[in-house]
Amino acid sequence: MATRDPFRDAAGVTHRLLSTGELDRREMLEAIGVDSVDQLFESLGDLLLERPPDVPGPLSDGELRDYFGRLDSMNAVPGRDLVSFLGAGAYRHETPSVIDHLLLRGEFLTVYTPYQPEISQGTLQAIFEFQTLISMLTGLDVANASLYEGASGFTEAVLMADRIQKKRKKVVVSRAIHPQYREVLASYARNLDLEIVEIGWDERGATDREALAAAVDGETICVAVQSPNYFGVVEGWDTASEIAHEHGALSIGVVTEALSMALLKSPGDSGCDIAVGEAQSFGLSLAFGGPYLGFLATRDKYKRAMPGRLVGETVDAQGKRAWVLTLSTREQHIRREKATSNICTNQALCALAATIYLSLYGKKGLRRLAEINLQRAGALRRKLPGVAGFASAFDAPSFNELAVRSEQPVARVLGDLEKAGILAGVPLGPDYPELEDCFLVAVTEANAASDLDRLMEALADRSAAVPEDASATA
Amino acid sequence: MTETTTTSAGQSGDRRVPDVAWRNEGLIFERSRPGRVGVTLSDPGVPEQPLDDLLPADLVRDEIDGMPEVSEVDVMRHYTRISRKNYALDLGLYPLGSCTMKYNPRINEDMARLPGLAGAHPSQPASTVQGNLALLWALERSLVELTGLSRVSLHPAAGAHGEFAGILMTRAAIDARGEGRRYVLIPDSAHGTNPASAHFAGFEVKELLSNERGTLDLEDLDRQMTDEVAALMLTVPNTLGVFENQIREIAQIVHGKGGYIYCDGANFNAFVGKARPGDMGVDVLHMNLHKTFTTPHGGGGPGAGPVGVSERLVPFLPTPLVERNETGFYLDHDRPQSIGRIRSFHGQFGVLVRALSYIMAMGGEGLARVAEYAVLNANYLRKALEPYYHLPYDAPSMHEVVFDDKTQHDFGVSTMDIAKRLMDYGFHPPTVYFPLIVSGALMIEPTETAAKEELDCFIEAMVAIAREAEEDPELVKGAPYTMPVSRCDEAQAARKPVLRWYPEEGAGGED
Amino acid sequence: MAYPSNYLYSKDHEWVRVEDDTCVLGITEYAQEELGEIVFVDLPDVGDTFDKADEVGTIESVKAVAEVYTPVSGEVIEVNSALEEEPELVNDEPHGDGWLIKMRLSIKDDLGELMSAEKYEEFISSGDA
Repeated sequence: MATRDPFRDAAGVTHRLLSTGELDRREMLEAIGVDSVDQLFESLGDLLLERPPDVPGPLSDGELRDYFGRLDSMNAVPGRDLVSFLGAGAYRHETPSVIDHLLLRGEFLTVYTPYQPEISQGTLQAIFEFQTLISMLTGLDVANASLYEGASGFTEAVLMADRIQKKRKKVVVSRAIHPQYREVLASYARNLDLEIVEIGWDERGATDREALAAAVDGETICVAVQSPNYFGVVEGWDTASEIAHEHGALSIGVVTEALSMALLKSPGDSGCDIAVGEAQSFGLSLAFGGPYLGFLATRDKYKRAMPGRLVGETVDAQGKRAWVLTLSTREQHIRREKATSNICTNQALCALAATIYLSLYGKKGLRRLAEINLQRAGALRRKLPGVAGFASAFDAPSFNELAVRSEQPVARVLGDLEKAGILAGVPLGPDYPELEDCFLVAVTEANAASDLDRLMEALADRSAAVPEDASATA
Repeated sequence: MTETTTTSAGQSGDRRVPDVAWRNEGLIFERSRPGRVGVTLSDPGVPEQPLDDLLPADLVRDEIDGMPEVSEVDVMRHYTRISRKNYALDLGLYPLGSCTMKYNPRINEDMARLPGLAGAHPSQPASTVQGNLALLWALERSLVELTGLSRVSLHPAAGAHGEFAGILMTRAAIDARGEGRRYVLIPDSAHGTNPASAHFAGFEVKELLSNERGTLDLEDLDRQMTDEVAALMLTVPNTLGVFENQIREIAQIVHGKGGYIYCDGANFNAFVGKARPGDMGVDVLHMNLHKTFTTPHGGGGPGAGPVGVSERLVPFLPTPLVERNETGFYLDHDRPQSIGRIRSFHGQFGVLVRALSYIMAMGGEGLARVAEYAVLNANYLRKALEPYYHLPYDAPSMHEVVFDDKTQHDFGVSTMDIAKRLMDYGFHPPTVYFPLIVSGALMIEPTETAAKEELDCFIEAMVAIAREAEEDPELVKGAPYTMPVSRCDEAQAARKPVLRWYPEEGAGGED
Repeated sequence: MAYPSNYLYSKDHEWVRVEDDTCVLGITEYAQEELGEIVFVDLPDVGDTFDKADEVGTIESVKAVAEVYTPVSGEVIEVNSALEEEPELVNDEPHGDGWLIKMRLSIKDDLGELMSAEKYEEFISSGDA
């Protein structure tokens, strides 16, 4: 694309995002004592490209808006274009406007990791607040400054348990944990000396207690269970924690819908030694999968084994309260190959969004929001028996998501509903062949009041539909 | 809340300067007042059932003690106030070496927030998100063009994550060849994530020496490069800001013995648009979109770490990849030799949007100018500061320059002291004590978005501090004086960690 | 700083004070100086056994972590539990109250590789440390 920049000159181009114009360049070259910028690239020799790379641009703000605007219009998204009941680890919740306005402040948006505490107290204080809130929600003593997202976070929790236990080799994991979380664990564990044992579920849709008890022994590093689990079943962690502790294993509680912690018995109160999962529900847009917000919390005695950053309180030279990054000798920039993990970033801006969200909802608001979610899913479950051919897959309690069993092929059902403008749910078949007749339906406060009725009507229409033939495809 | 003082003199003891509440904002929990709330809750829209009918009583928790009760105004004030305790890139130079603190264009923020892009659920059918998939496709094409590699995965969540993916791929490729290579070679100047990643992929690390130029000692490499070595991990330019001018020979040595070249792309800002890692013999490269590609650092994330590979490593890329067929774009999960996924869903999509927006704002020639001016600015600083600060390595600097505190040490002043004093002059300090091969390293990277007058300001400050170090070292050692807090006691924070606030006793309650 | 003459010293800056079939182990003045303010000491459990040159624990300061290696083979019979509350003892009294562990020696190791106080002082001032 030919440049239309009016500031082009014989020697080169400047650009609004570069602070150097022709005069600046000449003065600086003179000060350095070279004739041209090319001289500064001599060490690259014949690696220097003869032509600039062929990427689109330079575009003005207006042109960028046109381009991305076109991409925007090629999408059909929940709320604006479609009714959506998609969950499965990413949940649509209302987002207070205040969050974005604060995030866009340069003092939060543009700053680096707070390695120099005196000049970064704002960031450090916000993270300290985040750590406190996660500690409160999980019912555990210490939370870190966040991890990338739930799946790698879950893996980090297992690795952390491995570090604590030292000589054991077995990891016992519920199959009702989000399939992608287990996939990521497998990707990491492939190169480490760990044996991963997966436990199935019982007729209630919860992790099979007997199978769990049979699998855990003195070789077990940890037991990991998710609640509400991938099928939406609120199974709790008391039993898993008991079984784990009987054999000296650690109990890891996984949470993918963080809002549930506002209402349900916390991982900490349920005997979990580590709580880990996804906090995207706290004010982060769905954003096609990222950036999201992993959280991890643990008991005080395990704090030195934690991955990720930690902010601690201290004082300055005058005795004034201040916050600093601490226990950083565990991290890779100092311990190198002995590091507790190789994580560099936390997700500071996402953690800030969550902190603001949790502050806005607060003690009573967050609980009430969780209740609203619970009531809506409760209404869905109540209405299902009224639609022939569809039923709740499991009897056990749920929070804001449940597995629905369909007598008709799931792919057909979802496809037809999509044509009617409804994303009815996420099919379980691809990850759980035993449940290929089921799909997950999540309903939150972000669904319009009429959404549930539309869903029920659309499903009811389908149950009156002609049974499909064998050639139906996904 | 902070206690009110009994005199009007405030903390400074100066009667003209009373304490101002908004400058001493405490924690959000300390603002809390029972009964306040910061949101309006929507109606459930359904008849409500008793809680007992929906959940067993023993699975329901009580209200959470200590969670804040504040209004929206309280929240706005609180976070606005604490934000002002931070310096910001928008205020001025942030010369952190290796971090590439360059201006974050606001058009990127607008594009990332377009409702059709930001509102998409990751599990939506491909037919409903063709815009997002097309975006990912376009970004990959651009990064392929800029790096000269065959394909780029946009999956990893950050630079270190991309690096981990890169090393895992190397491991997978070696395994696929049926070889049991155990080692990875890493220069002594490398960032700590390099050996950490290698370790997590199950490799053992062997350190390589740097020569007096600060670049890789080819003899040491030749000696250590055996058929037990899977890969060499390099940063180009290296962490001293010096270009590995023998990169072609290095590639020959490594490839000659069947190894791979991993390139840490943290310093891509030095040569983006001017040269391509693919042409240098690099097999796998991770990029930091929050560095070269201006996505905001946000106080420590979120970033994104795409990883690019040469043709022979393509089969091992993380899953999924964006592909295109006659019906449109789709996510390809069917990749049998892939290392699998290393995160949930597809990638840091919101960050990826910002990066593409930046690339298209610049264009190819614009990006070449980025590298040119990044290098020009760094050299301008180097020339001006050379008379005052010691240069441990004499080789030509690219986009960053590394000094040390050797000169100032004679007066008892360290790199840390210089860093703290710079705050009083209105700058965020450069990177300190990295790389480890330089004692007391001071790594300065101005980036191309720093204006000449800002550089001059910075130079003046550094010269002043050098003079202060000589004439009044105690002044420098007591800095900073003008920040919201003075020098913090990091030893106490590590000895007696207080990692959260507690309701009854306030901060610092029982561990 | 005087290095006690009845101690033996390793190249990794540990010292041992041997008494019949037991010994006390710690790190030297030089080591604590290099590490800076010590914030945490990770010690083994009583009953753990180690061979010569094994890693027995780590010492964390604000800026670094150092592994501690045992110059002798043996079984841990006591650890300095005071270090849990006061890790700074290692800074203040590296040769005294800042001791780390006591071991029962398992074999009569060849202690000949260890240095006397005089040789150790030479070693650290030589610049090879």
